[in-house]
Amino acid sequence: MTLREVDLAELMRAANRGDTQAYRKLLREVSPVLRGFARHAFLRYGLSNEDVEDIVQETLLAMHLKRHTWVESRPLLPWVRAIAHNKLVDHLRRSGRRRQHVPIDEFSDLLVADPTASLSSGLDAEAAMGKLKGRQRDVVVAISVNGKSARQVAEDLRMTEGAVRVVLHRALRSLSKALRNDQL
Amino acid sequence: MKTDDLIEALVQDAFRPQRSPAQRVLGATLLGALIAGTLFASVLGVRPDISSAFETWRFVLKLALALICMACAWWACLELARPEVRLKDVFGWIALAPALLAVAVLYELVAIPPAHWSERAVGNYAATCLLAIPLLSIVPLAALLAALRAGAPRVPASAGAVAGLLAGALSAALYATHCPDDSPLFVAVWYTLAVGLVTLTGALLGHRILRW
Repeated sequence: MTLREVDLAELMRAANRGDTQAYRKLLREVSPVLRGFARHAFLRYGLSNEDVEDIVQETLLAMHLKRHTWVESRPLLPWVRAIAHNKLVDHLRRSGRRRQHVPIDEFSDLLVADPTASLSSGLDAEAAMGKLKGRQRDVVVAISVNGKSARQVAEDLRMTEGAVRVVLHRALRSLSKALRNDQL
Repeated sequence: MKTDDLIEALVQDAFRPQRSPAQRVLGATLLGALIAGTLFASVLGVRPDISSAFETWRFVLKLALALICMACAWWACLELARPEVRLKDVFGWIALAPALLAVAVLYELVAIPPAHWSERAVGNYAATCLLAIPLLSIVPLAALLAALRAGAPRVPASAGAVAGLLAGALSAALYATHCPDDSPLFVAVWYTLAVGLVTLTGALLGHRILRW
């Protein structure tokens, strides 16, 4: 765990300095850890594994939008775990299990992630995408699903690259808000 | 949407330089202090005998407690804006000012005869204290809650409560320089009540608006 912590924190520090490769690597490495956490918690509460990917995606989104709440001198994984915990509690609340105590400390033995990573689509996120309007939706789909860069999208949609990035950022915030408020 | 697709969108979202919650909370505190200070100076103002008041331990203690409470609440506010910090992690800081106040109360109870206890506790301007501190707190509390929306508090109500405590302590420090009631007994009853009210308001508002 210690090694992993050091590596991940290093990636996050690099990401904070604008290294997008490091950021991509960090999010990819963290995803299976989050998946293990969500599976474990769902098993414990007798929920089906269908929604595991929702927790993973909501946590990644929250990590992204709240990344400045991590202090570089502190360990990264407790911060990640706390965000996952918040999203899990939200999820349990939405599925009618109010205020259950979710012990996150057990999560620490799951840091050796399951390599058979599921890439099933997150259904909630899919529905939340439907809530995005016009340009926000176009930009998110072009970048995430079609894998285009912000520059390519800017050319396609006749926008400046800066404008595409602003739209993307707003879209991610709306996505997170839609998931949180359960406007699905 | 596949998780890898989402990651692509997150990576493409530019790493614009963001202000950290610490910077935002600092900004909100300064803004709140400036506006509450201006309001205080134009409506209440410091007491006429302020320079001689500084020579009495009761006045100095009253002001010092408000400032200590403010500093501790500020630290707690920064900490509780992070998702991994729990209320118990900062509880020692929050409890410092009340603990010092309790010691001061005990000292006062020993220093003055029981016949004067209630007179000191009731004081002369209890109603002003209860009104002025919450009113002065409005702008600082609003600014702090707005700043904390950038944070990710584990329990939104706790983060809102410490924001209320900070706003209340700031207003109490201002009001302390106006108020002629200096006894720790007065402070323990009325200042605590006034700041407690602001703290409670912060908790209720935080619970509603600091979710993320």
